[in-house]
Amino acid sequence: MADELKPDELLDKVDYTPTSGSWMNTAVQIRPGMYCYAAKPESLETLSAPNARQWNPLDKDWKLPENWQQIIHEGIKDRLEKFRTFKIFMDVCVRCGACADKCHFFLGTGDPKNMPVLRAELLRSVYRNDFTTVGKILSKVPGGDRLAGGRPMTVDVLKEWWYYFFQCSECRRCSVFCPYGIDTAEITIMGRELLNLLGLNIDWIATPVSNCYQTGNHLGIQPHAFKDMLDFFTEDLEEITGVNVAPQFNKKGADILFITPSGDVFADPGTYTCQGYMVLFKYLKDKYNLDVTWSTYASEGGNFGFFTSHETMKRLNAKMYAEAKRLGVKWILGGECGHMWRVINQYMDTMNGPADFLEEPVNPITGTKFENSKSTKMVHITEFTADLIKHNKLEFDKSRNSNRIITFHDSCNPARGMGLLEEPRYCIKAVCDNFFEMPENTIREQTFCCGSGAGLNAGENIELRMAGGLPRANAVKFVHDKFNVNTLATICAIDRAALPALCEYWVPEVEVYGVHELIGNALILPGEKKRTTDLRMEPLPGMEDDDE
Amino acid sequence: MKQKYMLPLTGVFLLFLLAYAGVEGAGMQWFFGIVVPYAAVAAFIAGFIYRVMGWAASAVPFRIPTTCGQQKSLPWIKQNRIDNPDTAAGVFVRMVLEICAFRSLFRNTKAAFNRNEKNKITYSWEIFLWVGALAFHYAFLVVILRHLRFFLNPVPVCVKALEYLDGIIQIGLPGIFLSGIVLLAATLFLLARRIFDEKVSYISLAADYFPLFLIIGIAATGISMRYFTKVDILGVKTFTMGLATFHPVIPEGVGGLFYAHLFMVSVLLAYIPVSKLMHMAGVFLSPTRNMANNNRMKRHINPWNYAVEIHTYAQYEDHFREKMIEAGLPVDKKE
Repeated sequence: MADELKPDELLDKVDYTPTSGSWMNTAVQIRPGMYCYAAKPESLETLSAPNARQWNPLDKDWKLPENWQQIIHEGIKDRLEKFRTFKIFMDVCVRCGACADKCHFFLGTGDPKNMPVLRAELLRSVYRNDFTTVGKILSKVPGGDRLAGGRPMTVDVLKEWWYYFFQCSECRRCSVFCPYGIDTAEITIMGRELLNLLGLNIDWIATPVSNCYQTGNHLGIQPHAFKDMLDFFTEDLEEITGVNVAPQFNKKGADILFITPSGDVFADPGTYTCQGYMVLFKYLKDKYNLDVTWSTYASEGGNFGFFTSHETMKRLNAKMYAEAKRLGVKWILGGECGHMWRVINQYMDTMNGPADFLEEPVNPITGTKFENSKSTKMVHITEFTADLIKHNKLEFDKSRNSNRIITFHDSCNPARGMGLLEEPRYCIKAVCDNFFEMPENTIREQTFCCGSGAGLNAGENIELRMAGGLPRANAVKFVHDKFNVNTLATICAIDRAALPALCEYWVPEVEVYGVHELIGNALILPGEKKRTTDLRMEPLPGMEDDDE
Repeated sequence: MKQKYMLPLTGVFLLFLLAYAGVEGAGMQWFFGIVVPYAAVAAFIAGFIYRVMGWAASAVPFRIPTTCGQQKSLPWIKQNRIDNPDTAAGVFVRMVLEICAFRSLFRNTKAAFNRNEKNKITYSWEIFLWVGALAFHYAFLVVILRHLRFFLNPVPVCVKALEYLDGIIQIGLPGIFLSGIVLLAATLFLLARRIFDEKVSYISLAADYFPLFLIIGIAATGISMRYFTKVDILGVKTFTMGLATFHPVIPEGVGGLFYAHLFMVSVLLAYIPVSKLMHMAGVFLSPTRNMANNNRMKRHINPWNYAVEIHTYAQYEDHFREKMIEAGLPVDKKE
């Protein structure tokens, strides 16, 4: 793109000093490069979502329903009763500013409305005006609304909501630092729910949601095509390993149902992670007779409904349990994905449980009971693999990863909505000797978002993504310069889609890997031939000269 | 920008003048000494309960703690039991540390960016807000507890002990209470931060400055009465005991400064339930902090969970059956 900002130009713009003047009076400027295209009407229609229509965020007229203010007001009222978080977070913020410089979008853009506190104030100002006693009284006094910090709901405010709630990737980093645990992700979730009542979504969310609902995965891959994709990988893997690792689909009576984000099936480098899963399952089948099945119906772990509304999240998530029940598996294994795991860990059992038709997960190979998932009956693949490694059930050739100097990017949701920190590190260290952590303020619960989460991984908002990913890339660059790190491992499909572009922009020498790509690469399959390439079909260390 | 703090400053000054002139000029001791304090206490109690009940009435549909450490996982992986608790005991410790030690605020970092050949974003530990906030809250607490001596007869031993500790640095007479000085200094620091830190200034509202000015006014009048104008302490005690025993009396010789102090305290009390100062109660109810991360172990119930329309497997197979059969995928119904 010719209009794309160069890294130096973007860095020139980084300035954390807000402009003077009151933010309440500054009307929103919707700028290309910073926003995603509007949702297409047909995608909203799939879900019978309201106000499906063609519209353009740059137009003055957003084609809102006539009573839109009433819809928003009722929507807020309803959610204040349904969510204590929302009500408390509207009321208790003291604007201490501890969160102000914690958001990657603020750090990358310097836009003060990307300070978490101010992002929330966009909604809070309307709440104060419409729902608090003081606000209601003062709004009737001339100039009084300014005293209490309230403002009436206008089209400009609505546009500002849309612009900034779709400049938040719901990563929760700010929440870690808030003395009251105010979670701006929660406020963004509510803000997006309210916007959805007026049909104001972005297409990069609405269309994947529609596809997930109809076809089972966010790219709309139909069942036969889904199988085709994995068949391609089977052929590649046979060439690499000499072993046929063909997976099973929709198999009734299998031990375990495996669900991963469809990004892994479709887009590089996620596809290599997908191949890693396939290698692992083949190994477990041959060595321990473990029967794992994939599903074409529940072929999406990532839940874009989470970026739409709680209801849509539930509608998409329901497929996991429904399919596990239909297939009669013992329990469910989940692949490497960020939001998928926040939904599974914090919402699934409540929304779509109880999963009493499944067994409490036990690793049949090691006998380990997964105590932490005995109610949801769903285990994370790094928990599963770490357990296998700990019990010496896997054989690795670590040298195959010896050219990879690795750092690990904690994906936001597993880190801050679950606490999955050690398992992936344990897996990585088992298959590679060169591991270096990024600086401590940028990892674990303080990890930085890739800048493209929560449905913002589109093409048209590339400036926003590169700016939002700056803090992450900056830390990667640090370990690249210091330790020659050339590999950024992660456990999230959006990361695998977003971070390659981010690295290409900021740290071009670093490649992005899924943890199970590294596992699959090192795992010695029974009966395999001498491998000369890795899963990417690039020469393995020490094999570079074999072609000559 | 300036009007954001000039207006609250003027407001607090006017409140002071109102009480001072009302007593010294109009002789309205009974109003500022009896009516206002009782009304303020009533408004505080009723408003406080109303707000907390309002929060409690809202549902907590999902268990959504912010996890700040390793989850409970495999037996050989060390869990962070406090920052990522899976038990009520862990949550309790997390909450105690949050409420008594402002643990999350303690983590505060400051980000800075240097445009040079390294272009590094740096994060440095930023402790001053934590120190300022902690000093402010604890000093305030000690001041409040110390004031119990005016409302209790005989004065309990613990209040006397607190006073002793508070006044342990003895410089002349009357002894200096550290809490009052710390309170004033911490409030001034928080105010300065709000005015001079550009980011904090940008996000601040008039409603953020008002309580700071009010507390500064309260602290300043209190300090002034104790060390400089030397209020008639016996008169004050007679007065406060009257209020506490519901036999209000207006003593002789207690002047306008005292009533101004009392009036500002009353305004603060009445202001708490309608303002952000309710964070004192809200912090206990914050679902991201007060819930255990045992979501996958124990089922959590959403009181308003409702059935939704889903795309069932049967519908899916109906749609794709032929393609599935052709691709060799198993189907439930062969036609």
